[in-house]
Amino acid sequence: MEMKDFIKNLVEQFDEVELEALTPETKFKEFDEFSSLTILSIIAMADDEYGVRLKADDVRQAETVQDLFDTVQSRIQG
Amino acid sequence: MSYNPFSLQGKKVLVTGAGSGIGRAIAVAASKMGASIVMVDISKEGLEQTGALLDHPEYQHQQYVVDLTDSEAIGALVESLDGLDGLVNNAGIPNTRPLQMIREEDFDRVVGLNTKAPVLLTNLLYKKKKLNKGASIVFTSSLAGLYTFTPANGLYSLSKSALTSYAKSCAVEFAARGIRSNCVNPSMVNTHLKDSLSFSEEEYQKDIEKYPLRRYAEPEEVANAVIFLLSDAASYITGHTLLVDGGRSLK
Repeated sequence: MEMKDFIKNLVEQFDEVELEALTPETKFKEFDEFSSLTILSIIAMADDEYGVRLKADDVRQAETVQDLFDTVQSRIQG
Repeated sequence: MSYNPFSLQGKKVLVTGAGSGIGRAIAVAASKMGASIVMVDISKEGLEQTGALLDHPEYQHQQYVVDLTDSEAIGALVESLDGLDGLVNNAGIPNTRPLQMIREEDFDRVVGLNTKAPVLLTNLLYKKKKLNKGASIVFTSSLAGLYTFTPANGLYSLSKSALTSYAKSCAVEFAARGIRSNCVNPSMVNTHLKDSLSFSEEEYQKDIEKYPLRRYAEPEEVANAVIFLLSDAASYITGHTLLVDGGRSLK
């Protein structure tokens, strides 16, 4: 699992956010457009791309992109 | 026995999704009202737990482990049944994907269980004359897709609102044998299905404010609405959509 790809997958869940705006340090929940629907999109993305079932609280508890990346990576099977 | 038009004494009632949640509450309530129950669920464990809760064990309630998305399994189930007075098409699964994230496999799985399975089961039971004259069919539909449209609930809404329509079609055609068909449309109910949604406690609290009764339903409260529709108390009610929503649709 690569951070570069993860960021690409993550940015697709936003409408107004540019790829360049996302780094591992970005606090992604601070974007204006972030909503509970974004959380559900991220959950679906993690399932589709990584086979990982996140809960909404997993997304809520992640502060930065890196946090979210770490959560997903720690749950990847095998 | 004293006068009670809500009694299900002497009736045999099939309940799908009887292994948990609303289905379990329906099976338990119907047994308390005197029915013998045919429980269907994909979970053997769930069925056994429900079975242990039923009243009148002397009626020899039956349990069938069936994957209702498998049409051959539905066929085998129908073959082994007879003389039903009630059919409760209740089994269902949620889906909380935003529309743009819905995959074909999500559609097939959700519509397969929530919509296709009850349609196939009901039609086949009717065709094979396994439903007695005057039987009552109840579909567990939902407020979603009728009165409430919430984000990331589109697939579930679609699958359940189709049942509201289908219940009316059954009412029209199956009246030839005196069979009634109705649906109950709950809003949020305190079950494991609700708990599987991805909401925070704060979001639940905000949502509850949209309910005039200021709380979600308990499964037993939905079950009682189903009991009514199964019973002779509802003998002239068919094609009806019974909201069990704590007033949610009024807001």
